Amino acid sequence: MEGMIRSELFANAMLGGTTVAVVAAVVGYFLVLRALAFASEALTDISFAGATGAALIGVNPLAGMVVLGLGAVLCLGQFSERMRGRDIEIGIVLSFAMGLGVLFLNLYAHSSASHAAAGVGVLFGSLMSVSVEDILITLALGALVIACLVVIGRPLLFASVDPTVAEVRGVPLRGLGVIFLALLAIATAISVLMIGILLAVSLLLAPAASAVNFGRRPFATIALAATFGVAIVWLGVTLEFFGPWHHVPVGFYISFFSSFLYLISLVWKRLISGSEVRQPAHADREVSHHSHG
Amino acid sequence: MIDLLRYPFMQHALLAGSLTALGATLVGFFLINRGMTFACHALPNIGFAGAAGAVLLGFEPVLGLFAFILIAALVFAFLGGEHRERDIGIGVVMSLALGLGVFFLASYSGYAQRVYAILFGSILGISAKQVLASAILTLITLAAMTILFRPLLFYTVDPEQAAARGLPIAFLNVVFMVLVAVTVTTSVQVTGALLVFALMVAPPAIAMRLSRRPGAIVALALVLGQIIVIMSILMAGMSASWPVSFFVAALSFLGYAGLRTVQALGSTFGREGRTWKA
Repeated sequence: MEGMIRSELFANAMLGGTTVAVVAAVVGYFLVLRALAFASEALTDISFAGATGAALIGVNPLAGMVVLGLGAVLCLGQFSERMRGRDIEIGIVLSFAMGLGVLFLNLYAHSSASHAAAGVGVLFGSLMSVSVEDILITLALGALVIACLVVIGRPLLFASVDPTVAEVRGVPLRGLGVIFLALLAIATAISVLMIGILLAVSLLLAPAASAVNFGRRPFATIALAATFGVAIVWLGVTLEFFGPWHHVPVGFYISFFSSFLYLISLVWKRLISGSEVRQPAHADREVSHHSHG
Repeated sequence: MIDLLRYPFMQHALLAGSLTALGATLVGFFLINRGMTFACHALPNIGFAGAAGAVLLGFEPVLGLFAFILIAALVFAFLGGEHRERDIGIGVVMSLALGLGVFFLASYSGYAQRVYAILFGSILGISAKQVLASAILTLITLAAMTILFRPLLFYTVDPEQAAARGLPIAFLNVVFMVLVAVTVTTSVQVTGALLVFALMVAPPAIAMRLSRRPGAIVALALVLGQIIVIMSILMAGMSASWPVSFFVAALSFLGYAGLRTVQALGSTFGREGRTWKA
């Protein structure tokens, strides 16, 4: 009986984790190209406020995260279509969201004795306790994000790599930027649901950043990033369920393997291809290729 | 409210909070101008892992906090490369540290409340001894910053010129990062690791939109930091269940966003918003 429940939990965790890994890696590729590492960190903190606020008023945390994330994106999108060089604005919005999250969590934890440990799940994630509905919603949202990226992928790539030329060619930079941030907000929300606020960034950032160090052509790089993400999640989930330390949450394994992978990719880049930065150049070539043909 | 001030815990909190804010805003000014704002957000979170590790090994959490922050600050100071790669590096190091923190926390079978105090802050429960410690650390920070202010400003504004004139760059960098580690560690007590950013970066960020002269910016930032921290502690003390860090973050946000709005309105009527840029 217990074994059956365990294997069902394991299957759920694998399914949810795999979805999140693929979505995070694909979104992450554009995130790395657009230098949005700090903005994605901010979105996870905004998710913190969303999840805790939703818990406080008795709504599904995922709904709270998506709604607040999209709201924040619309606000931040007013400043500029690209978040680059906007560190102070992002940081202050991030802090405010984090402050709200801390407040909501505090109020929620004090509202009932059974809620006292609520913070742990939100901060560090809980693949073990993800419900079937959550997984279905994650699948649906993940499919939505991927579908949108398939549609806007090519112009987005162009706009990310060479905004000046893209603008001249009539690519709507601001619109694309805001749409991408909205997709990032959704991807962040489902990642947070699986591995928690504090570690969602490792799944968004590291697989894609490593793939960019290894890969050459955009499509192959995205595929590599997704493969890295899925492998890391499978390793993490398997170790959480069957590993030597049963109490260690999956987030630890995911952050550990992600960082390790990124380190290897850095060493690889230095050793094989010299220290020059050739990644934007290759993407540029790819894009202009297609837009000419 | 006058009654509230009679409680020793409020006196301790106000004293330690206002002292910490002095060092924090001063160092925050340089962090902004060196483009290290993301690092400022990452460092306290990295410190959290150190604190969790120290608790696991039976040391004082603050020792682990300081050690991890100092190591990470030195690594960040010497991270080369372009802005994008540096940000990715910081993000990856931060998630690795947070992962380690989770691991330490999960391996610790005892009462982890002390680690949560690191995440969320504990200024309202601070002891007289800790107040004394933050007073000493603030004095050291202020003294060092006063001596280093000019060379550090020179280096921040124009690193190449500073190197050409024979400024001891590596030494300046190391001393500055030690000061960063000290102020971040003391700030963690006030706001918790999650919200150090608001305390260190918001006051100088607001001040930089009000003046162009470095001296005036620093003076304004110090005053703003004091206002934000003292108001936050008083409001948290009165509300009883709302955390100090929430008020710090909210006041910073309101101050900054309010100023931006006023300046945006002002510039549509023909006046430029004034900013000082390094």
